[in-house]
Amino acid sequence: MSTIAEPHIRLPEGSIEKTTTTLNLGPTHPATHGVFQNIIELDGERIVSAEQTIGYIHRAFEKIAERRPLYQITPLTDRLNYCSSPINNMGWHTTCEKLLGIKIPKRVDYLRIIIMELARIGDHLICNSIVGVDSGAYTGFLYLMQYRELIYEIWEEVCGSRLTTNIGRIGGFERNFNDIAFQKLDKFLKEYPRVLKEFENLFVRNRIFMDRTIGVGPISAERALNYGFTGPNLRAAGVDFDVRVHNPYCSYEDFDFKVPVGTTGDCYDRFLVREEEMWQSLSLIEQAYQKVQEFKGAEADVYHADVPEYYLPPKEDVYTKMEALIWHFKIIMGEINMPAGEVYHSVEGGNGELGFYLISDGGRSPYRLHFRRPCFIYYQAFEEMVKGQMLSDAIILMSSLNLIAGEMDS
Amino acid sequence: MLTNEHIKQKLVEKFGDQVGNFSEPYALLTFEAPKELNLKVLNFLYDDPELKFKFLTTLCAVHYPEQKGRELAVVYHLHNLEDNVRLRFKIFTDINQPDVYTATGLFSAANWLERESYDFYGVNFVGHPNLKRILNVDEMDYFPMRKEYPLEDSTRIDKDDEMFGRGGTLGYGTEKTTHGTIAEEEKDDQGKPVL
Repeated sequence: MSTIAEPHIRLPEGSIEKTTTTLNLGPTHPATHGVFQNIIELDGERIVSAEQTIGYIHRAFEKIAERRPLYQITPLTDRLNYCSSPINNMGWHTTCEKLLGIKIPKRVDYLRIIIMELARIGDHLICNSIVGVDSGAYTGFLYLMQYRELIYEIWEEVCGSRLTTNIGRIGGFERNFNDIAFQKLDKFLKEYPRVLKEFENLFVRNRIFMDRTIGVGPISAERALNYGFTGPNLRAAGVDFDVRVHNPYCSYEDFDFKVPVGTTGDCYDRFLVREEEMWQSLSLIEQAYQKVQEFKGAEADVYHADVPEYYLPPKEDVYTKMEALIWHFKIIMGEINMPAGEVYHSVEGGNGELGFYLISDGGRSPYRLHFRRPCFIYYQAFEEMVKGQMLSDAIILMSSLNLIAGEMDS
Repeated sequence: MLTNEHIKQKLVEKFGDQVGNFSEPYALLTFEAPKELNLKVLNFLYDDPELKFKFLTTLCAVHYPEQKGRELAVVYHLHNLEDNVRLRFKIFTDINQPDVYTATGLFSAANWLERESYDFYGVNFVGHPNLKRILNVDEMDYFPMRKEYPLEDSTRIDKDDEMFGRGGTLGYGTEKTTHGTIAEEEKDDQGKPVL
């Protein structure tokens, strides 16, 4: 590796020209896959330094949340990591449920796990296939995209929307899963393993792909921890921290799954960790699906907890029953005061620990709401990781870190 | 097993009555210290062979305008990954002199988190290597998350904001639309709607 002391460009004696090139990567560069900017200083093709600028799509969610009732904050969380919005939604619901002390029925937990693990697959699938695209292999991306489509169709059956899902409610789901949702889930579970295997065959031992990713953008476990890495990026560096295991929520403790770890924390390890996590997610979905089918009788139709103060009653009840009408009105008009207190709750998002720090003063909306966005925190390390690497490596590194502008800018 | 009680004991042993206000909302140990001590406390939590709080989960600021002399809070969420224990540590500062020592020497993760707190609340992190705005535009001359800047009333009608479906030449709710069933407004002789 060339060092900065030995520049590639040699200028005539006495020249005042720079020996390095400044390159603006972004904010709307196609290779950044999002709206953020990188000002890269290049010596030939080697990166001398990089300066990240973010905030181009800052939407002041934390401020907006200070005037909204709890249920209206869910759509804000959609727009954080929009590759896996259901995880954000569930993270928010579980935070509220923790604050309010709501006990969730097991069936709801398992249905949530199905949705969240589908979201994780959707998130990792995009990330890994984009790493492929950025290293010149478009096929995998187009092939896997069909299955993200299928995941979106399942969500569509459950909540009616696809990308920004606003899925579920405080206390459970707004409606039970219908038969089509389960049929599509069956189809997904049947077909996806073969497709994922094929995708792996295309990449994992592919000489070109290995050459492009091994040793690119590595980070040691120690540095990764110091930089606040979480999720697949931390695990690729060799630390087996997973919120699902360490601070289980939604009954993750009832499930049997492995937490894959890497060793070097380079792009190849991150790719492999995400691959293995997709397999683990598939297994989690199968286990959860199994458990959902085991419920018999009245339990088999439970899809929400009994929390009239926060869970909207069915519309037909609103028109026919006094009680339901009152709750409906109170919820919609945001007239329900939540208990005072402060709570921190986190879930394992697509990119790592997605935390919600909610301070309530006993009013109708949060006094303060802070999102711990994993992407925002680990993107700081980009400069350290990319220094001394080639320009083309910077592109792969960006996609391999799964930088999502929505999550960074909040 | 590292219990909250034990952490509390160790902190009191080390810092005496300078650390205080211990509580455990939702089982998360929470305490505060004077702002001058923030680095000492963080370092102690980091270095102590039993405590090992070496992971900064998140850092954020909070504004309490009614608490005179301690309007701004900086809240650290720390995590001991080995024993899987979390804690919350708060410091308070006067809004007129919001100087707080930076934790960037200890945690690289604190860099952008502190910039964010500066950006939105104006906490001045002393010793920060690059304390400038991060999400807002550089030209902004106020700290938008402070409570004195309330969100705009979404029902106001005096603002010309036609691009976002409000106001404009016709007034609120009378956007030029052909796909709704909005009744024609009553107009005066200049063509302005009669309110």
